[in-house]
Parts: sequence; C-alpha cells; structure tokens
Amino acid sequence: MADRGKHQTGFGFETRAIHAGARPEPVTGARNTPIYQTSSYVFEDAEHAADLFNLSRFGFIYSRLTNPTVSVLEERVASLENGRAAVAAASGHAAQFLTFFTLLEPGDEFVASRNLYGGSMTQFGLSFKKLGWTCHFVDGTDPENFRRAITPKTKALFLEVLANPGGIIIDLEKVVEIGKDAGIPVIVDNTMASPYLHQPLEWGADIVIHSTTKYLSGHGTSMGGVVVESGKFDWTQGGKFPSMTEPEPSYHGLTFYETFGDFGFTTKARAVALRDFGPVQSPMNAFMTITGIETLHLRMERHVANAQVVAEYLEGHEKVAWVSYAGLQSSPYRELAQKYLPKGPGAVFNFGLKGGYEAGVHVVETVELFSHLANVGDTRSLIIHPASTTHRQLSPEQQIAAGAGPDVIRLSVGLESVEDLLRDLDQALG
Amino acid sequence: MSDLEYDDELIAGILERTETIAMVGASSNWVRPSHFAMKYLQSKGYRVIPVNPREAGSQLLGETVYADLAAIPDQFQMVDIFRNSKAAGGIADEAAAIKDKGIEFIWMQLGVRNDEAASRAEVAGLNVIMDRCPKIEYGRLYGELSWSGVNSRIISAKRPRIMQRRRNG
Ligand SMILES: Cc1ncc(COP(=O)(O)O)c(C=O)c1O
Repeated sequence: MADRGKHQTGFGFETRAIHAGARPEPVTGARNTPIYQTSSYVFEDAEHAADLFNLSRFGFIYSRLTNPTVSVLEERVASLENGRAAVAAASGHAAQFLTFFTLLEPGDEFVASRNLYGGSMTQFGLSFKKLGWTCHFVDGTDPENFRRAITPKTKALFLEVLANPGGIIIDLEKVVEIGKDAGIPVIVDNTMASPYLHQPLEWGADIVIHSTTKYLSGHGTSMGGVVVESGKFDWTQGGKFPSMTEPEPSYHGLTFYETFGDFGFTTKARAVALRDFGPVQSPMNAFMTITGIETLHLRMERHVANAQVVAEYLEGHEKVAWVSYAGLQSSPYRELAQKYLPKGPGAVFNFGLKGGYEAGVHVVETVELFSHLANVGDTRSLIIHPASTTHRQLSPEQQIAAGAGPDVIRLSVGLESVEDLLRDLDQALG
Repeated sequence: MSDLEYDDELIAGILERTETIAMVGASSNWVRPSHFAMKYLQSKGYRVIPVNPREAGSQLLGETVYADLAAIPDQFQMVDIFRNSKAAGGIADEAAAIKDKGIEFIWMQLGVRNDEAASRAEVAGLNVIMDRCPKIEYGRLYGELSWSGVNSRIISAKRPRIMQRRRNG
C-alpha cells in the first residue's frame, strides 16, 4: 500500500494554501507540482479503459475531464474553502456556466443579487435566457427580496457577499435561511474576498464559485474559475434536481447523487457539463494559479492594508465627493464587514469625483502608476472609469443604476508602496 | 454525509487489516454503486464475496453469490452493507451472531446509518463504520480521489511510494 499523509485537521490556512492537494511527485520526487502538459493518458488494458469511462474507478482519461496539475488546484481551493470537492474551469464565467448547467432544466429560474460583477449580470440576464433559464435580479441589500422573488421553479439563490465593485456587503446568513426554507442551494461568488478574507461555506452556503483570474492567481497572469461544493446539500428534497437524482442517460443510467454522494455535484459538473461543453482550465494556468495561492494570505493582508490607507486618503481629499469602502467609519456596511470579513473588506472599491465625467477621464489618463485596464485582483494597482469604458453602451440612467455613474472611478489597490500610490493619485487629482 | 466523524487512522487500520469483504446487497447490475465498489475493491487486492438472496448461486465478478452471511463457507473480516438503514440493523445483528467467521468490522454504506444496531454490534466486540463507502475512503486515503478534485484532507511533504495493488488480486 502507498504511504498515507496525515489528516489535515489542525493544519492552518497558510499551510493548506501551500500544501493542500500537492504531495511530491511519486516517480521523480519533484517537489513542485509538474505541469502535466498532456491531452491524454495511456490505459493499462481494455478493462481499465472501460472502467474509467464508466466512472467505476478513479483515473485519468483525457484532459477535457481531468488533468493532474488542474486537480491540484481543485483540491487546494476545496481545502481553503473547507469544501468537499471542486471542479476547475477556463474562467469564472465558465465556472458559473458549469454550475447552472448542472442545476437547471429549461424553464427553471434562479434569483441573483443585483450587486454583482457586470459580466455576471449580462451572462445571467441575456445569454442564459437563450438556454431557457430565467434569472430574477433583486436588491440583495434587503435579503427578504430573495424570498419575495422565489417561485416553484426557482432552483438557486446567487450572490456576492463582498460585491464587485466593492463597498457593498450582503447579509449571507439571512440569505442562507431563505435558501433552507425553500430547499434550494445558496451559491456565493467569493472572487472579491478570496477564501482568506471570507469563507461562505462556514456561514451555510452550499456552493462557492471563484474567478481564479483575480486574487487566487493574484498576478494578472492566468484566466481560470473553480466551483466548490460543501457536500452538505440534500439533492433529493422536493424532487427539484433531477440531474442529481435521476439516471443519467449518457452514463448508462448512473445516478450521480446516489453513486458519488457528497461530491456528486462537482462530479456531475465535470462528467457531463465539462465533458460536453469543454471549458477546461489549461495545466499551465492551473500551475500559475497554484503558485499564486501559495502567497494568498500574505498578499491579501497587504491588499486590504493598502486599500484602507488609500480609501482614507481619498475620503479626505477635497475633489472627492464620496468613497464606497466598507472599511471606512462612514460606510453603512461596516458592521456587516466586521461580521463576514473581519480581516478586511477586500481591496476593490469605488469613489466619486466632484468634477463628474470630465474629471473621471482626466484622472485615469493622468495616473502614472495605476494601470488603466479592466481587471481586479492583481499585484499592480488598477484604475478604471466605468462610464467611459465598461459601461459606455448604457444610458446615463442605466449607468447610475449599475453604480457606474459619470463621476465614478473604480480602484483595485495593489501591493506597491502605499506612499507611491497616494502620490500618484494626488498628482492625478490635481 | 452525516455529522459522523471517523479518525483517518481508524479507517486506514480497518482497510489495512481487512483481506476479505462480504458485500451484502452486491448487485449484478453493473451501473449500481455496489457493483462499482465490488469491482474497485477487487482491483485493490481485496477478495469480495457477494451476498444477495435474489442472486444466490449465480456468479458475480468471479465469485459465487450467497443468500446470507451464514451461508458463506470462508472467513471474512468485513461486512459491507448496501441496504437501507433499517435492514442494515438486522444484518449487523446477523454478523455479530456469527462473528467466529473472523468478522471484525461492520461497514454501512453512504446514507446508511443505524445507531441502535451499531451499539449492539459494538457490545458484541465489532467495530462499526456508518455512512461511508470503503471505495471512496480507500481512494481518499491513498490519493486517487484527489484526481477528481475531492478534498482528501491529507497534507504531507513525504514522497509517496508508487501505488501498488495490495496483493496479486
Ligand atoms: C466577482 C467576479 N465574478 C466573476 C468574474 C468573471 O470571471 P472571469 O473573468 O474569470 O470569467 C469576475 C471578473 O471580473 C468577477 O470580478
């Protein structure tokens, strides 16, 4: 029998960020996780091949299903979120697609907080509609709005606890209560917090999704997404989830929940949605992301420390009308931030300029150290003026409703010397 | 999975001491979980003796199917139960009554739990695991489950020896 390692109970977050999922490679002893740059894997014999295809034993077939580098990333994120299992995808959006494809049938509905990354609103509101899935958007700052939007066809609740673009925090425990009453899973996009700042499963959420493109990879190098399941949701309740509890025709009538139990959801997402639609994460990106995660705890500490200094500086600046950061005394979300994100409410936030649209364009064009681009969660500090870029197609009314009014600037505070960041903003604000 | 917690050392000890498993509820339908588990455990070197009254006397994966535990002529260390929680109670009692066949461990499958029967079996000197699958636990402890993104909860910087079949099974 092979050697076993020790149970991870008692190992801290930092240890797991470095070790979870990644033992030395048995053949060579390679200490770092090899990049298994291979599309496919040799079978032992015909019987072995048949058993792998039937899912009756564990092993690698083809990298559209599993890859040894990608599976290290999956186990590591599952561990950091205290989940049972995870499946990786090519991007955060692909992870969301795998999740909803596994949950929903045509005609089904779900309810999402309106305080979401704009790209998720487009995916849910427009592209999912073409697949026969309806998303009802609600103002999640009053959790009861979720309950009011639930119909007999509702199969999930979706939210970002720490919402992109920052500053707003949704009261997860209340949403979890509503999900339990309705017998449907609560899904949290934990991208903006990362598992270092917030762990939704600990508060009763059922599924966590990440765009690993952001803080997990952390250096702006690699696209990726992950879905984590808690393993605690009972998929048999109410007959609502036939894809988990009914025989799957493409696996000779295998029933995923019965066969795989508490990792049945991610197994189904992989064995059917990933297999049939194909948005896999590449081994190279998984390697970059695994490496990034090894310093997640150190980076997040500095991200939130720098963000707090920058937010306080801006709040005191005469040309700034308002700053929306939950770490500020003035924030209406400060209490929820202390409850759900005691180590700090992230490092992405908005502020408003007294000078409106012209002033916004001037600032993004005048900064030297902040990079003007559309991403967040990089070591580098980032800046964007949504009204002139990502939200340009919307009417002024729509822009304001989306939190992207003409005066709004969004920052993702990086890891540079904070004095240099303040000096750069100072010269740009003029 | 329920709130039952078992130490990894306990589970590993059971998997290491066991050579032969009587699998109650083993099915000849090859997409049933019991069939998967039987085939997998055989591939890891265990002998698995199927027990299923409806299929008694037939052959399943190279083994004769028996009607009940008492009918098995050979020694076995583990009884792995693929039945509902109520039926599992009776089977555990049956196992305790014939434990001189070498029986040390009662193992109830995922979703199967019968606390009263477990207490009786423990009083009779048997070790009981409930709501777990030996296939999944074997895969988790020896690294194979991690290939499917499952959180094995194992941390180690030791170089693993290459996975071997336990015996020439
Ligand atoms: C909160 C959040 N969720 C999801 C996504 C989408 O992830 P990706 O760009 O990796 O598809 C993003 C990207 O900006 C995001 O910020």
